[in-house]
Amino acid sequence: MHSSLWLSALLVVPLLGSIVALLARGKTGLSYAVAVVSASIEMALGVVIFFLYNSHVKGAQTFDFATRHVLSAPFGLAYDVALDGISLFMVELTAIVVLLALLGGRDKRREPSFVAWLLILTSLTMGSFVAHDLLEFFVFFELTLVPCYFIITGWGGKEANKAALKFFIYTFSASAFLLIGILYLGFAHQHQVGGSLTFAYGVLASTAMTHATAIWLFTGFAIAFGVKAPIWPLHTWSPLTYAEAPTAGSIELSALLAKLGSYGLLRFAVGLFPLALADVRPVMLTLAVIGILWGSILACTAKDLKRFVAYSSLAQMGFITLGVVSGSKIATVGAVLLMFNHGILTIGFFLIIGFLEQRRASYQIADLQGLQGPAPVLAGVFTIVMLGSIGLPGLSGFVSEYLILIGTFAVHAWWGVVGATGVLAAAVYLLWAYQRVFQGRAVGANATIPDATTKERWVLVPIVVLIVALGVFPRPVLDRISPSVQQLIEHVAPAGLNK
Amino acid sequence: MLATASITLPSIHYLAILPVMILVGTSLVLIFLTSLTRNKVSQFVATSITCAASLAVLVVTYFQWRNLDSSGASTTIAHAIVLDGFSVVATATVAISMLMATLVAHDWAIRERVVGAEYQILALAASAGAVLMTQANDLVVVFLGLEILSLGLYVLVAFDRHRANSGEAALKYFLLGGFASAIFIYGAALVYGATGSTNLTTISYFLGSNVLLHPGLLYAGGALLIVGFGFKVAAVPFHLWSPDVYEGAPTPVTGFMASIVKVGAFAAFVRVVISALGTQSETWRPILWVLVVLTAVVGASLGLVQRDAKRILAYSSINHAGFILLGIWAGSVRGVSSTLFYLITYAPTVVATFAIVTLVGGNGDEKHSIDAYRGLARRQPWLGASLAVLLLSQLGAPLTTGFYAKYSVLAAAIDVGGTPIALIALLSAAIAAVFYLRWSTSLYAEDHLDVARVVVPRATGVVIGVGVAMTLLFGIWPGPLATLSQHATLLFNP
Repeated sequence: MHSSLWLSALLVVPLLGSIVALLARGKTGLSYAVAVVSASIEMALGVVIFFLYNSHVKGAQTFDFATRHVLSAPFGLAYDVALDGISLFMVELTAIVVLLALLGGRDKRREPSFVAWLLILTSLTMGSFVAHDLLEFFVFFELTLVPCYFIITGWGGKEANKAALKFFIYTFSASAFLLIGILYLGFAHQHQVGGSLTFAYGVLASTAMTHATAIWLFTGFAIAFGVKAPIWPLHTWSPLTYAEAPTAGSIELSALLAKLGSYGLLRFAVGLFPLALADVRPVMLTLAVIGILWGSILACTAKDLKRFVAYSSLAQMGFITLGVVSGSKIATVGAVLLMFNHGILTIGFFLIIGFLEQRRASYQIADLQGLQGPAPVLAGVFTIVMLGSIGLPGLSGFVSEYLILIGTFAVHAWWGVVGATGVLAAAVYLLWAYQRVFQGRAVGANATIPDATTKERWVLVPIVVLIVALGVFPRPVLDRISPSVQQLIEHVAPAGLNK
Repeated sequence: MLATASITLPSIHYLAILPVMILVGTSLVLIFLTSLTRNKVSQFVATSITCAASLAVLVVTYFQWRNLDSSGASTTIAHAIVLDGFSVVATATVAISMLMATLVAHDWAIRERVVGAEYQILALAASAGAVLMTQANDLVVVFLGLEILSLGLYVLVAFDRHRANSGEAALKYFLLGGFASAIFIYGAALVYGATGSTNLTTISYFLGSNVLLHPGLLYAGGALLIVGFGFKVAAVPFHLWSPDVYEGAPTPVTGFMASIVKVGAFAAFVRVVISALGTQSETWRPILWVLVVLTAVVGASLGLVQRDAKRILAYSSINHAGFILLGIWAGSVRGVSSTLFYLITYAPTVVATFAIVTLVGGNGDEKHSIDAYRGLARRQPWLGASLAVLLLSQLGAPLTTGFYAKYSVLAAAIDVGGTPIALIALLSAAIAAVFYLRWSTSLYAEDHLDVARVVVPRATGVVIGVGVAMTLLFGIWPGPLATLSQHATLLFNP
């Protein structure tokens, strides 16, 4: 077992960074530098943890770096962190997203507070992913709303206030179900075994409950995570919010915070209520498939690029949900991998959209045309990200979608079949969008846009590298995810389903 | 003959009633000072004396707590007054709110040129009433406390003699408050008729050892008591006075009222329904269930359409009253301690919020439209951020005390099987989130940058700082307060 200080460092470094960034606000650019440095330290910590992580710690299932300190016994409040193969990649994703969002989505208006909010958000997201206690997870999960809210209202577009309010209220109301569910579970456990109130994940997993109770709790959890993810039909906040948020905000929301939803669904809803999942699985699978198709259709109709990515994310989140609820180990591994891959792909999309927006002051598809002539590098990177998203063999999206579909097909064939049409639909809407934006004849302002600058190219390099590397050589990643998923699935599907 | 007819005086435990004596005594001293000295007692002297009295009460509560640890909870003056953990912590909360509100009122009085010691005299008396309510173990003493508290407040609400609607609000408050008091005392009389006593312990003992063949009288009495308390804490449907009075009263008085009335009235409410009528919980819990749902939901929904900061806070406090009632509804040890935790954390937050509203109100105490707050955080980052934190705390965001306050009452409700009511209450908080967020967003608006800065006098600044610090400190580290309120409830009498 490695020291839990590594995980604590993940929480503390960005917090310290945000304080220093605020203190350094007197000098132009200094707080930005501070933020980049702390995000780089965070990234370095992420790399170290990636190599240190050991999935075979005795008696800790596949968790490593674990510790637990009770903060308030009457409230059952504890600081409890641990990392397994699933949260490991969420942590890595967080570190990557923040660094790239800072580098590529720089916003010079009131920069000190902007980077401070971004770093605080990082710390809270890290906290959510490493939390090993339900109440602690809830605190982090809920708190992420505050920096998001202020980032959107402070640096967003014209309708940012409305978008942020909609986002906050949607998520806040949905998480009411989560909090009540968590409390119910904690007290059910306390009433069964006595002792003090606790919300420790490992302890609550053994709570005995009736079928009906499990279904209610699963539903409550699924609502909260379904809004965050978003899962159809709880997605209606997302297009407006993604469109109005600043580039860095959109990246954080779709690449990172959406994963809080799917991660929570897997870890807490699926992990704690396996009995309920068996009953509601057809419903969840259907919602996932509808999400895939609905998102694809809307992506075809989107008039601006940000909404386009929002809808395509809905489709991708449908794939993730499909894998998470399928109960198949292979599909679940694929879903975890897709959470990571989709994060990387989304950063790519939003960075390029951000670059285009800087040049043309618009992200309306109608305003853009023929950009591959004046900006071949941007067009090329967009192509790679797009092909990764479509699921071209050799690129990252292929591996994860393939695993999800083949796993789902083995246990729930029809949903797998319908889901697979989503891959085709993705090719349609992505290629069509590419045609409209990058092909054709560039006239007027479109003809003269500058191509990616050196700095922008360097920001895009890691994305391209990750997309290719994970497509060609996903083994190191899969090796780390599989044991943890196995652990979770064994609990979920005791007999016969582990195909 | 005469020699045998002596009156036996009940024994008095002076430590128990020392806080009330200090507050009333200081109030009397100030009255004498104002009438004996030829010149007006200076504002500074009156404020200092009042602050000293609040601090003295705080010190006394410390010794009371020590006393409790060694000898346990006790009653005194013919069992009419109780000294237990609950009363001590509630008294300390009143003292802290009193201290903070006095400092805010000091700066306000200078600004509005209503100097003199009258405000402090009335505030001290009202606090004495609130403290008495937290300690009352007899329906008559509860009533006594309620009246002392209310009479002081009626005058304080009318205190801004330069503004007509201050007087209007006071009249409204006085009429409805007097009405509520009458209902309360009638309820007390009916309960006395049903049980033969006004003492809470005796009532509880009587109801525990007898079966009432005709409980109608008791039910009617209990219902009237709940209506009386419902008026005082502004529970829906008895809330109609509250937005008008909050709006009309001088702003520091509103803050004072919002904090200490809640503490006093809820403390007495807990004692009456849980100590005295605990055996009848199947009867009153359904009533409270309806009250909680109405109070939480109506408070949050009506707050959505308000454009005036003080009215928003009035509806916000109605929503909070719903949550506090939820703790009482739970009726368990956890329920009582969560109610106490809520009161401890809510009182300083609300005083500090009204302190900022007082400052923004400006000369004449009139700029309370929500538009007056546009861009405040851009012009004055510290003041704006403080208000944002206080609003987020009332919204229930984690890392502020507001989150743990809500968390603790929800936990208490779910512990006793109240999952649906807890969910309804929490969803009402999501509705209320809309107006807190709209307000905090307008703080960061980028227009109105040329509006004059809000003057922050030193004393008020300190109060705001303390309120924000407590909100954040105990929001990050709620352990001590959680333990304190749990410990206090374990020392609950009986």
